[in-house]
Amino acid sequence: MNFDKEFDASGLACPMPIVKTKKSLAGMTSGQVLRVIATDPGSVCDMEAFAEQTGNTLLSSTTENNKYVFFLKKA
Amino acid sequence: MAAKKMAIIATKGALDMAYPPLILASTAAALGWEVQVFFTFYGLQLLRKDLSGIAISPLANPAMPMPVPMPVIVQMLPGMEWMATTMMKAKMKKKGVASLEELRAVCIESDVKFIACQMTVDLFEFDKSDFIDGIEYGGAATFMGFAGETDVCLFI
Repeated sequence: MNFDKEFDASGLACPMPIVKTKKSLAGMTSGQVLRVIATDPGSVCDMEAFAEQTGNTLLSSTTENNKYVFFLKKA
Repeated sequence: MAAKKMAIIATKGALDMAYPPLILASTAAALGWEVQVFFTFYGLQLLRKDLSGIAISPLANPAMPMPVPMPVIVQMLPGMEWMATTMMKAKMKKKGVASLEELRAVCIESDVKFIACQMTVDLFEFDKSDFIDGIEYGGAATFMGFAGETDVCLFI
């Protein structure tokens, strides 16, 4: 999947993956896609909740090589 | 849709209890919520410019996981609190848990409003110059004004 920006949250624990994802999105324009990589297993549920509450769309949430990869489309 | 609101009363100043208010406040702010934290009694420690004095004690804390079982009489020895704090901070760093300084900076950056309880500031004779800039000082009525309109209100 294509993306406009990437944020690597590997090694970060709650709540930093979410807090910094929010920060990464802040610099983007509506419709752009952010790819987030995380190692915190809690980020799977958290990213869903984040998308739901902020109106950004979680295009996909997958696991690759013990890492969690998310694609978020900015609202 | 109007932004959701959360109010937190932070009353504890030990390392473990310092985390929940700052984690919840920074997360809620990231979700677009409007957040206020009212710091009172020992919670005021979290507003100090220098957070290095925030510690954790194994004493009277039977739920604290220990690498080896430690009798209470040993936990009382001088230096044990320092040791527990050092070990806890090292573990947090290793696991990628943000520092209190980092979480607090995120809160401030994302417009979380910090209110220091004026009564307890006076009670403990704290000097306002010990606290970070940009905070407000107020009493229970100040807090209730905002708390009454919130979706989530927590006492920590």
